Amino acid sequence: MMKKIGVFLMLFILVAIILLPGCDDENTLYVYNWGDYMDKSVIKQFEEEYGVKVKYQTYTTNEDMYVKINSGSAKYDIIFPSEYMLHRMAQEGLLQSINLNNIPNFALIDDIFKNAEYDPGNVYSVPYLWGTVGILYNKSMVNETVDSWDILWDKKYEKKILMVDSQRDSIGVALKRLGYSMNSTLEKEIDEAKESLIEQKPLVLAYVVDEARDKMINNEAALAVVWSGEAILAMAENDDLAYAYPKEGSNIWYDCVAIPATSTKKDLAEKFINFLCRTDIAYLNAEYTGYSSPQMEVVEQLDEELRNNPTAYPSNEIISNCEVFKYIGDFVEYYNKAWIEITAN
Amino acid sequence: MRRWLSYPYLVWMIMFITVPLLLIVFYAFTKQTDGGIVFSLDHFRQILDPLYLKVFLRSFKIAFISMLICLLIGYPVALFLSSKDFSQKSTYLMLIVIPMWMNFLLRTYAWLTLLENNGIFNKLLEFLGFGKVQFLYSEGAVILGTVYNFLPFMILPIYSVMVKIDESVISAAQDLGANSFQVLLKVMIPLSLPGVISGITMVFMPAVSTFVISRLLGGGQFALIGNIIEQQFLLTGNWGFGSALSFVLMVLVIISMFFMNANERNGKESML
Amino acid sequence: MSKSLKKAYLWLIILFLYAPILVLMVLSFNDSRSRATWGGFTFRWYIELFKDRDILLALYYTLAIGLLSSVIATIIGTFAAIGIFGYKKLSYSLVKNISYIPVINADIVTGVSLMLMFVFLGINQGFFTLLLAHITFNIPYIIFSVLPKLHQMDIHVYEAALDLGANPFMSIIKVVIPEIRPGIITGFLLAFTLSIDDFVISFFTSGPGVTNLSIEIYSMARRGINPKINALSTLMFVVVMALLLIVNKRSASNTEKKVRRDI
Repeated sequence: MMKKIGVFLMLFILVAIILLPGCDDENTLYVYNWGDYMDKSVIKQFEEEYGVKVKYQTYTTNEDMYVKINSGSAKYDIIFPSEYMLHRMAQEGLLQSINLNNIPNFALIDDIFKNAEYDPGNVYSVPYLWGTVGILYNKSMVNETVDSWDILWDKKYEKKILMVDSQRDSIGVALKRLGYSMNSTLEKEIDEAKESLIEQKPLVLAYVVDEARDKMINNEAALAVVWSGEAILAMAENDDLAYAYPKEGSNIWYDCVAIPATSTKKDLAEKFINFLCRTDIAYLNAEYTGYSSPQMEVVEQLDEELRNNPTAYPSNEIISNCEVFKYIGDFVEYYNKAWIEITAN
Repeated sequence: MRRWLSYPYLVWMIMFITVPLLLIVFYAFTKQTDGGIVFSLDHFRQILDPLYLKVFLRSFKIAFISMLICLLIGYPVALFLSSKDFSQKSTYLMLIVIPMWMNFLLRTYAWLTLLENNGIFNKLLEFLGFGKVQFLYSEGAVILGTVYNFLPFMILPIYSVMVKIDESVISAAQDLGANSFQVLLKVMIPLSLPGVISGITMVFMPAVSTFVISRLLGGGQFALIGNIIEQQFLLTGNWGFGSALSFVLMVLVIISMFFMNANERNGKESML
Repeated sequence: MSKSLKKAYLWLIILFLYAPILVLMVLSFNDSRSRATWGGFTFRWYIELFKDRDILLALYYTLAIGLLSSVIATIIGTFAAIGIFGYKKLSYSLVKNISYIPVINADIVTGVSLMLMFVFLGINQGFFTLLLAHITFNIPYIIFSVLPKLHQMDIHVYEAALDLGANPFMSIIKVVIPEIRPGIITGFLLAFTLSIDDFVISFFTSGPGVTNLSIEIYSMARRGINPKINALSTLMFVVVMALLLIVNKRSASNTEKKVRRDI
């Protein structure tokens, strides 16, 4: 009996070793993306068209991803940093330049998204998706107009508010509410924002990132700070939900595709980036994630309703009232500290 | 017997147990300056910041309450199970052990569904005519999750000590006129103390360092030491401070190991 | 206290331990995404579960790492125990205490320390580092299951084998190992279950494209409640139940055998 089990075990191990899909071969592309930020069929299609394998993994915030890449503990070939993180990583030499000649589909990206302040000349990045931050609320629980961040500090909604478990976003909301810039580098302003978030804490149900959508769909909370795509997907499933831009202004962000410096498969990575910019693929991703596409043909193909939906494609007036996060250098330490104080309190 | 048989393991032990721990010590006691890496106690000074002391205090409080609840509800279970009037001990024991074999995350996740505002518990309360209660994302939810996950760790070590208590000691006490309460107080509790101590450490240690339960059931509001360590390593990249926190946890472990040196029995072992 | 009261208390505790799992099992057949309403019976979530490539891959890694790490740990650990058994008192307790560290240390500290070392050595995190980490925390469990059996063993049997001219290695394989086999099997099973259940250490030591079930569930749970996880829970519960029943039968028949032999 024992012998049989032993033989069986040995066989299994042999088979396991032979089949080990973890072996790093030249034809495997390691993609590190935000949770739920790409249609899975896109990956399958890329694998089939190019005869390669894609290993796909997800992160929850820019900071998570940054630490993983910076520590050198993990080698990825494709990442999706937001603009301020991209700026930081480029400055710290964590990215390699992209040869735009290998990305013919780059021409399909709307010019207003190119050559941005965070990456002049698109040396390191190609735009992927963009969106805003706003308040998703449940009309059956909130009977007033939502037009200000102040509502998140309203005692009426005690334990019915979901905040974002991401330091730049949550501190940014508090800064905007106080009338400051989301990119403030004044200790006094950060301290004030920190205090107001600590003061708000008893009202907050939870600090979440990806759970917010599910919670809002199931009427578990009245108000949530969410990214626009989450709002679109949630609103499609629950008619009581609505999305509002606070009058104090909000955050507009651009997520990009980039290649970490440690990647040894630049060619394949560039093929992947080009693939992501292809109209049919970019369309699939825009539809799946609910976020707004910088790709012109995609926007044209979208159905009328979504294209005119101010949540996804806000008016210029709203956009001009939104701020883009900027890389704030070493001052980020101060944000880190403030954030830990808020969560630990 | 042949000592050389252990040499591969010795190499392994040094490589993967000793060296990593030394690295933690190294990161905890040094800091990066312009002039290179220098010895520094800065990270420990940072731990003394009232903010982190608060986190430590909260971790200990939650772990202590959870441990106490585990003890209060677990001790009678062990006591009843070991008493002679139970015939199908192994069946009951197995019933208590089986949930432990489910994935730890699934066990925690289960409570997410139960405790929601529109979850089963609140539906039940509503049905019975009570109002809704905010269960999820509270300190109570974290404690509940901890108790649920670690209760068997309390029951098993106590039980395994109790079944070995000689029946004749109990009957001797009874013959001498002790009532059942006195038997419990004067005989069972002192004799089962090694199991209790073992159970306490088995529950307290993982409870104090957990970051999953507090993250999932506490909604990111009840940061424990585990959460802060995770944050240092995965979010802010401040490995020195994270290592210092880990070092403190390690010292705590060593102290508790010292206290229960006499009882080497490990609860996880007794599960099989 | 009366027996029925005790029994009632035990069943109350058992109810507490099982209720959450049972609720998940029921909900796994609920044809509505919402947890609040019953939308009819369905196998939909099971079908979706088996279509989910990530979960299946995570399952594969969980089993592969579990088996590989427990087998390797069993081999290294068994020989280590035999070797340590022959140590002098001081080195015996030194090695034993160091080996005890991963057992008693907080998982997060073990995980973080291994991560630091992999980064320090510049090893890319992935399947290999995950395997190393699992072997590392598994070995001590083997050693501590085998050592007591060595103490119980009659050392003269081994010496007799040597006297009869067997070489030391052969006598260990042919004489010692069979004697301590129950300890080895216990250790192996323990290592395997700990490996497939681990989250914290894996969380810190896995890398691109390699996750196990625990990590996958964690990231899914952070995205909200997903009926697929309910289906997964149900399946795992059924498998665990079945395995335990089989193992229990086996050990029951083993005890019988042992009793007969003793007579």
